[in-house]
Amino acid sequence: MTEFTVTPPPIPAAGRQSLLRRLLRKPVALVSIGFLAVVAVVAVVGRAVSPHDPYTSSLDLVLAPPGAEHPLGGDSAGRDVLSRLLTGTQISIGAALLALAVALVLGVAGGLLAGYYGGVFDTVSSWLTSLVMALPAIIVLLAARAALGPSIWVSMTIFGVLMSPAFHRLVYASVSAVRHELYVDAARVAGLSDLRIIGRHVLWVVRAPIIIQSAIVMGIAIAVQAGLEFLGIGDLAVPSWGSMLNDGFAQIYSTPILMLWPALVIALTSMALVLVANTARDELERVSPRRGRRRRAAEWSAPQVSEPAAIVHADAGDRPEDVLLHVRDLVVGYDQDDGGIKEVVRGVSLDIRRGEVHGLIGESGSGKTQTAFSVLGLLPAGGRVLAGSIDFGGVELVGASERVHAAVRGRRIAYVPQEPMSNLDPSFTIGSQLVEPMRVVAGLSKKEARARALDLLARVGIPDPQRTFSSYPHQVSGGMAQRALIAGAVSCDPELLIADEATTALDVTVQAEVLDLLRDLQEERGMALLLVTHNFGVVADLCDRVSVMQSGRIVETGPVETIFSAPQHEYTRALHAAILDDSTPRGALSPREVSAP
Amino acid sequence: MGNFLLRRLLSGVVLVFTISLLAFTLLYANSENIARRILGQNATAELVDRKTEELGLNRSLPQQYIEWLTNALQGEFGKSWFTGEQVTTGVTSRFGVTLSIVLGATIVAAVVGTLLGVVAATRGGRTDSTVQVFSVLGFAIPGFLVALALVLLFSIRLGWFKATGYIPITTSFTGWLTSVTLPITALALATIAVVAQQVRGSVVDGLGRDYVRTLRSRGLSERRVITKHVLRNAGGPALAVLAVQFIGLLGGAVIVEQIFAIPGLGQLAVSATVKADIPMVMGLVVATAVLVVIVNLVIDIAQASLNPKVRLS
Repeated sequence: MTEFTVTPPPIPAAGRQSLLRRLLRKPVALVSIGFLAVVAVVAVVGRAVSPHDPYTSSLDLVLAPPGAEHPLGGDSAGRDVLSRLLTGTQISIGAALLALAVALVLGVAGGLLAGYYGGVFDTVSSWLTSLVMALPAIIVLLAARAALGPSIWVSMTIFGVLMSPAFHRLVYASVSAVRHELYVDAARVAGLSDLRIIGRHVLWVVRAPIIIQSAIVMGIAIAVQAGLEFLGIGDLAVPSWGSMLNDGFAQIYSTPILMLWPALVIALTSMALVLVANTARDELERVSPRRGRRRRAAEWSAPQVSEPAAIVHADAGDRPEDVLLHVRDLVVGYDQDDGGIKEVVRGVSLDIRRGEVHGLIGESGSGKTQTAFSVLGLLPAGGRVLAGSIDFGGVELVGASERVHAAVRGRRIAYVPQEPMSNLDPSFTIGSQLVEPMRVVAGLSKKEARARALDLLARVGIPDPQRTFSSYPHQVSGGMAQRALIAGAVSCDPELLIADEATTALDVTVQAEVLDLLRDLQEERGMALLLVTHNFGVVADLCDRVSVMQSGRIVETGPVETIFSAPQHEYTRALHAAILDDSTPRGALSPREVSAP
Repeated sequence: MGNFLLRRLLSGVVLVFTISLLAFTLLYANSENIARRILGQNATAELVDRKTEELGLNRSLPQQYIEWLTNALQGEFGKSWFTGEQVTTGVTSRFGVTLSIVLGATIVAAVVGTLLGVVAATRGGRTDSTVQVFSVLGFAIPGFLVALALVLLFSIRLGWFKATGYIPITTSFTGWLTSVTLPITALALATIAVVAQQVRGSVVDGLGRDYVRTLRSRGLSERRVITKHVLRNAGGPALAVLAVQFIGLLGGAVIVEQIFAIPGLGQLAVSATVKADIPMVMGLVVATAVLVVIVNLVIDIAQASLNPKVRLS
């Protein structure tokens, strides 16, 4: 009685045999399949094993309580309830199977035609689908009953038509997906007929999702059929689960137990079908049962073997009070499904001084971004700081509460992401995304915040600030979006700006401009800038100090001149060599001449 | 945006028109059958002929349809063959009752489903598993069985609510509320499950989005990020689900009205169907189709107001 949204189940990786076997290993699925098997057996032999004739009335048996001769008693017309239940199973299951068969044939055939041939088939079938979905099934069935009479078989045939979109969409989606696959082309070139291609390469792929969908459609058909009979518009003499429910409902004040048996079989059968479908879908998606984000964290113990220390090049005039961000022995790990922990940052120590530009360089996967996220307290789900300390201007951030982090974020530490487009909320204007933090975090009035946002947009080099302010993210270019993100990051005057590969996603010409902008803003505001990058050119161009990261550790750190003129660690040398290889041959190179690409 | 809505409106009109044509063909195709159904199996052929002529069923089907359509366009849907009641009055007088229940269930399902979905997505762990189990059960158990269980438990056993008897909202709001509490609960349960599942998925997905991290990095609180940004972006898909669910609720109401003896469209539909009161059935089908088209339009407008890409196109 409820319309269901149909999402195509995933394409299976393994065959049906193994799926069934896998299902039988799950207790929920095992019990459900067992129950359905019993129902199936009863549906076949129910009539034959009925102890009494389900149609014969006996005055003695009217609303009779359960007894030895009639284990479930008698109904309002004096018929044996058990016999009606057994025989009714045959009719109810048979009727639901009819609906399923009609839906399968129409849906699969339509989906194959529309998906494989496209064109007119496609248009017509999608229009028919929306037509069929436009009315509640029960209204259509009532209208059909008014025109065609009370036959359950007619109703279920029509219901099958109404449910066919469930299969149509599934098959259509799969067919459109594989139609242009190379192996289908190859089969066509090899001269296989369309029929064989469809059968072998298309239907075979969607067979498991179709079976799952069948279970769901079967459940809905059973419910709808029972609902129709319950309304009393079917042939009430014929025993079926729904008509028995109808009879019980009429006696709800005197003998409500009559409703129990049919209600129980309907509910259990529907549930078993949905549970089997759900478990099968989970199996196909290979999703292990979600343990939730707050599962008990795995134990982590510090490794016994100490990591080699980073090579530190000291520079003159280093005073401890200059240090703004003081990271010591930071270890970051992700909980794994097997209960272990994968370490992505392994003992990073990093000092960032007030007003300096610090480059954090290394190849992708070396742990740069994870280090940056740890400082912001924004590690993705499953990740956490396992050990070490992050001291930001006297505030310890490791283990700090969300409130402490929230107070530091935006106001004191800000962040410019890598990919501009995905980092703006598509549902809000750029202006409102700039104004919101200024009002909430810095407590500006709406007017002040707006004026400041426009100033900032102008400052970051956006030609028409007013227009960009009222634009949505999808209306501006990537370069503009990145400038807007930079404006947002500096809007609450942070002391430290973390730029995570802030130019990687941009056009080459725009990259240089954005880097210039970052440096200008940094100088103007005297803020520290942590530049996370894999590009040595960027480092050379902008940074005062550099830390080189490899496999979760910092291998070398020091002033940019030292790192360039006298790299000690072989990895730094390798990175260095890579950039030399990239640049055009010139005379002797001094580090400052290596410009951003 | 205006263009978009106009197109949707137009396709809605075409849809209603097509449905009326199909329904008319189905219902009026076998005129002899209709007369016999009214008069009973023992009626003589002569009587059947006379009835057929009286109802105008002896004319060709296209002729009959054009006449019906001309009248329908003027708001005239004919009279019931049995009670003589105007179809238009019959439908409109019961329309509000059904609508109040179905809209009530839709709103309850939207609110409760969203809450459950958000809680499941943000809390995780046991809360999440509980919501998941509830979703599967709510999806699997037919709504009218839930309605029957509610009647048995709360009306007959506990006597908290009256099992039957509808009080119009215009008579007494609290009276209406107590008379629709159980029906709405029974109707809404499955939709709550579906909405919760959808919202949970969208919120889990949304929380992993890059822009959510960036908004957090600006110092916005978790609560603010979820209520303002994550939920706003989850709204679109949830509304699409709700549009489909509304049609299901309308169908569910037919059965639930029967259980709670609520004098709505469902009751009218069942009695008209059993008697083969064709003009009434026809009016009901058209009314339902129009309602579905209107609801879809409203959802389209809501979608557009949530999604700037739709709004600005």
